[in-house]
Amino acid sequence: MKRKLPWVLLTVFLGVMVAGLLLGEYKTVLEKAVTVCLDCIGIG
Amino acid sequence: MGAKDKAVRKPREKRAWYQAALALGINAWLPSWFKGEIFQGGVKGVCVPALNCYSCPSAIGACPIGALQTSFAGLRFNLSIAEKKFGLYVAGFLGAVGSVVGRMPCGWVCPFGFIQELLHKIPTPKVRMPRFMSYFRYVVLATMVVALPLLIVDQFGFGQTWFCKWICPAGTLEAGLPLVILNTDLRPLIGFMYYWKIGLLVLFIGWFILSRRPFCRAICPLGAIFGLFNKASLFRMAVDDEKCTLCDKCYKDCPVEIKIYESPNSPDCVRCLKCVSSCKFGAISYEFLGKREVARDLRVKSPASS
Repeated sequence: MKRKLPWVLLTVFLGVMVAGLLLGEYKTVLEKAVTVCLDCIGIG
Repeated sequence: MGAKDKAVRKPREKRAWYQAALALGINAWLPSWFKGEIFQGGVKGVCVPALNCYSCPSAIGACPIGALQTSFAGLRFNLSIAEKKFGLYVAGFLGAVGSVVGRMPCGWVCPFGFIQELLHKIPTPKVRMPRFMSYFRYVVLATMVVALPLLIVDQFGFGQTWFCKWICPAGTLEAGLPLVILNTDLRPLIGFMYYWKIGLLVLFIGWFILSRRPFCRAICPLGAIFGLFNKASLFRMAVDDEKCTLCDKCYKDCPVEIKIYESPNSPDCVRCLKCVSSCKFGAISYEFLGKREVARDLRVKSPASS
């Protein structure tokens, strides 16, 4: 029997990811990622 | 060791090469190591499916756990300057990866998991981690990654990345140590937090030597998220009860100490597939998109011929 749940989950989460991208969240992640994270390295 | 044994062990030996190649792949910008800086290319907003600190000098992608905390820490509706991002991009990415392969990136991609496996090879007496401790990673996820960044604010009204700041040894190892060594400007800023994280890293390293992938099992919030998808992902493990003899060879070889015949899609399983190659009876297989596979080089077809 073909399982539907993984496909449903995949579709939903891809939709969530695309919604995040459309809301400009990539830029937010990028801005954080290209700056030295002082918390991460123990200097925050 | 006979030729037959070598043939059966081949896939699991190959996995270390995949782990090394993928660890290098997501930390590929090596020139940064010579400058004491971090890679700042435009692709760095792409999340990687691993606990890999984005402040590692050569990291070319974003740590999803760090990115998720940053979104929650900045989600402030009472502040006009707050960006009000919900972390949908990161959550969607994690859910999409989890829906396809579950916790497989932990076993094949994550550099920190690879480091733990390498350190565990150091010959010392070994200690089994109590199974109840594996629930602790959900506590870490719920508190340090979600609740505290959302609820506790600093003097400016923003939250903090609690897991990165107080716990994450991957950040200390991959970013804290190299950046402070390579970049002299950072050294005057060292204080209590830095020594706290170094001390924690030392304790973790000792634990890695003694126990099998303890951080992945007891602490890692990314593993906690991916593990939730193990039972529902497209990729699935399966055990044939008729072929399984309960010999526990899979359990002895498992890097996360699970009995796969009890729960083939346990949230603890990192899907390294070591059990598939170590089972001499062909009882363990995996299935992806309707195609089922047992170890390709399995020489022993049935208990009778072993």
